[in-house]
Parts: sequence; structure tokens; C-alpha cells
Amino acid sequence: MISPATAAPAPTLLAASGASPEEVARRRAQLGLDDPLPVQYIRYLTDLARGDLGVSWLHGRSVGRMVLEQLPATAELALAATAFGALLGVALGLLAALYRETWVDTLTTGLAVLGLSTPVFWSGLLAILLFSLHLRWFPSAGGGDLRHLVLPAATLGFALSGSVARLVRAQVVEVLRMPFVMAALARGLPLWRILLVHVLRPAVGPAVAVMALQLGFLLGGAVVTESVFARQGLGRLAVQAILWRDLPVVRGVVLVGALAYLLTGLLADLIQVWLDPRLRGEEAGS
Amino acid sequence: MARVPRCPGQNVLARALCALAIPQLQAVAPRRSLWRQPLALFSLLWLATIALGAVLAPYLAPAGPLAADPSRALLPPGAGNWLGTDFLGRDVLARLLWGGRWTLRMGAEALILAVGVGLPLGLAAGGTGGLRDAVLMRLVDAWLAFPGLLLAMAVVAILGPGLSSVAVAVGLAAAAPYARVARATAREIRVQPYIDAARAVGASSWRILLRHILPNAAPALVAFAVTQLGWVLLNGAALNFLGLGVPPGTPEWGAMLAEGRAYLRDAPWAAVAPGAALTLTILAANILGDRIR
Repeated sequence: MISPATAAPAPTLLAASGASPEEVARRRAQLGLDDPLPVQYIRYLTDLARGDLGVSWLHGRSVGRMVLEQLPATAELALAATAFGALLGVALGLLAALYRETWVDTLTTGLAVLGLSTPVFWSGLLAILLFSLHLRWFPSAGGGDLRHLVLPAATLGFALSGSVARLVRAQVVEVLRMPFVMAALARGLPLWRILLVHVLRPAVGPAVAVMALQLGFLLGGAVVTESVFARQGLGRLAVQAILWRDLPVVRGVVLVGALAYLLTGLLADLIQVWLDPRLRGEEAGS
Repeated sequence: MARVPRCPGQNVLARALCALAIPQLQAVAPRRSLWRQPLALFSLLWLATIALGAVLAPYLAPAGPLAADPSRALLPPGAGNWLGTDFLGRDVLARLLWGGRWTLRMGAEALILAVGVGLPLGLAAGGTGGLRDAVLMRLVDAWLAFPGLLLAMAVVAILGPGLSSVAVAVGLAAAAPYARVARATAREIRVQPYIDAARAVGASSWRILLRHILPNAAPALVAFAVTQLGWVLLNGAALNFLGLGVPPGTPEWGAMLAEGRAYLRDAPWAAVAPGAALTLTILAANILGDRIR
């Protein structure tokens, strides 16, 4: 078996596998690798403009199709992790703000810093150790049903919750100073209503923006998480492509990642405006 | 710490509002020196221990990280092997000590690259403003549009797997946020009256940048660099974990974790120990970066 770590670009690999020099030359010409780099680059850009991400050097398949096949698994993980991370982060942040400067604050803030600092490949392993091997609650590897999603999503979500909690804490403290909170309290509204509607709604807005910025972190984390839990997805596709130096596939995955990152930024701006009425201009109405 | 009055009442929210209204609870905690903060001190101590362990590894574990003894494979932690042995009978503690060399070297190289590229970029943009600022910052924005680890993976794909590729990849990915912070800090300082004063007495923009802006920006820049060290270590180890860095068998912490994963059921210590070392190191860097400010 050829060790992938030492693999040269795929066409060279063909030579290593015993193909004749003529075959290698034909393949290189077919992939357009003999053209000067600027020519290759312009061809890449024009293809890209038509929505064509090129062809895998290793598999000879359309990169766009390969990425699309793996996208749902990664999106599923990313969404579940975001949901988990947001819930945990908002809960921790709210608790820390309400019990500011007490041991609850110290504990939740400490947990948040821990979430920021723990590599997902370690927390994921600990999760497998405890919940799969010891308690046997969830399967440790593979994909498919929801039970397979729990541990990866919780692992990645825990890492995400740290930055959310920090921000929500700071925002809630700011909102608590606002007169409308005191007014709501004086009106005798139920506590859950004040917290949910009056405090959290404006406080969570900036956290949404941060979570959108965290999508970059999330995509990277998803790559690692997929590897820990042996899940299908863009991460595995990218890692395999890098090991085999299948550059068109790497390029495709990175491009799709960047695109998703930019789109979420836009989406986050819209959600923020919807959550916090103070941000709405006159033309937005409602 | 002086005793502060406590807020009475059953209602959590009422208590929180009351606490916000008490001046003693409002006051910002007085700045204490690093030596008076136990958490920061522990962090510093831990980083020093790791560095010392890496330097002294040949004396502390003379057998080396690769000394295998198949008859002693997968032994639990105990006398002789404080952290147990892995599937080849190699001592986990010895590998941890030697592994610190790889991890710390990678972190240092990446950090030097990140600061070396990010600092001049950010200072040049924030210290002067205008067209140069706009052009440089759009460049950094485009750079930041690629999620950190994915960008690093792309660089590894181009350079080919290996530890130096990992250091370069992670360093380049960390340079963009560093440039942003350097720019923001420089901009804050540029509007201070003493910069106007320096300009009024005829200091050149180079002199202002190097003698006035840089020294005043230094504390914030050092703090962020320490925080970046945490990021760099985390993502470098992630790339090694994915198998994109050091060759198999190298006692790098991320790679050790990946190797130990296969024996998680029988010898969890082989994977848990390097993960713990890595997490504590990243945690220490994050706490220090937070407290230096």
C-alpha cells in the first residue's frame, strides 16, 4: 500500500502505480496540467463562473457533485451543533449575568473558557469514552439516524457555547441596566416572560452575529469532529483529498466553505434586525 | 476582597437588578499584578513546566519517545510508567515530554509567522489610514472570508503534508486576525493628542509608527499574540490529529491522540493523557492572554 502522506499529486501517483509514461502524459494532457499556470487559472475561473468546480484528479468525477453529496451530512452536523451550542451558551450566559460576581458566575464563565480551549478531538474522545464505551447510551461512530448525531453535535456545540456564553453574559448585563427591565418587573410580569421577551430578545442579537462568525470555526470543527466520530461529510472528503494531493477537490471544499461563511454572515444580519426592533430603520416598518 | 452588601429577595431578576445598582459591585476590580492572580500564575507555571519538560526530555526520559517494549504494551498507569504505556509498549509520559518539543516548536514557528506577517500589515494600515488602509484591509477581509482551519488545510494541500507545512498553514491563517487587531489598536492610538503633538514637532510617519504607536500598542498586541498561541496550538494539533502533519508514530500530541484512539477501549490513557496536556496548554495560553491585558 502506498502511504498517502508521501503521495505526490495524483498524476504522479498514476506513474507510481505502474502506468506507462505515455499513459501518464495522456492523463496530464487530459487534465490540462501541461498548460502554463495562468492559462490553467483562467480556465478554472471561467469554469467557476459557469458553476463548474472542475474534475477530481483521483476519481475523475465532477468536484461539484462530490461536494454536493457530502454537504448534507456536514450541514446536519453543523446545524445540530449550532442549536446545541446556542441553547447551552445562552443558558450559561444568562445564568452568569443574573448571578453576576457570585460562584455561579465563576463556574459558568469557567465552563465557557473550557469550551473555548478544549480541542473537539479530545472532548469527542472523552464523550465516546463515557457515553459509548462506559454507559453505552450512544454509538461511537458512523452516521445515519439521530442517535449517531447526538455525541458529535454535543461535542461541537460545547466548543461553540463558550464564546456565545461570554457574549450573552456581557449583553444581558447591559440590557439589565435598561429602564424597561425594571418597568417590566414593576408591572409584575412573570419572571420567565421578562427574561425571554424583554431581556434575552435584545441581548441575543449580537450573539447571533458572533455565531455567524463562528461558522468558520464550526466548519473547521466539523471537519475534525467528523474524523473523531468516523462520520461521512465534507471533512473526510477534504482530508482524503489533501492526503492524495487531489487539489481540485480541496479547492472545491474550501470554496464551498467560504461561500457558506459569507452567506451566514448575511443571514445573521437579517436575524439580528428581526430580533432587536431597535435596529430597524423607518422603511422596515412593523 | 472587601465584603459587599448582598441583595435580599426571592426574585432572581430583582436581586440581579439590585446588585447592578450597588456601587461596590459596579466598581471595576482593581488591576492586580500578574503575580497576585493565582489562575494566571498557574497558567504561567504550566507553560514553563511544559517548556522545561520539552527541553529536559533527553535527561528525564533518556530511553527516548520511540523505545518500544511489546511485552509491556497497554499497561495502565502505575509505578515505572506513570501514565501507562501505549499499544507498542512505549511510555506515554516519555512521549508526552518529547512531544512537547514538536508541539511547542510548531506553535512558536506559527506564532512568529502570524505576528511577522500580521503586525506590519496591521500597523501599516491602521497607522496611516487612507487608501493604503483601505486596500490592505480589503485584502485581509478576503483572507478572513476563508474559515481558519479550512484555509490552513488548503495551504497544507498546496505545500504537501508535514510539520513545517502545518506551522506555515496555521501561522498564515492566524495572521489575518492579528492584522485586524493590530490595525484597530493602531487606529485607537493614532487619534490621541500626543500623536498630533509628535506630528506637530515634525516627526516622520515612520518615527511616529515605530516610536509612538508601536510601544503604546505593545500590551494589547502581546496579549492577543498569547491568545493566538492558544488558537495556533489547537489548530496545529488538529491538523496533526487528522494526519496532515507529522509522519505516523511521531510523538506529537495531536498525532498521539489519533494513534491512541484505536485502543480507546483497552488503554484510554494513551489518548486521554496527550489530550489533557494539550487542553491545559491551550487553556493556559487563553487565560494568560486574557489576564495580561
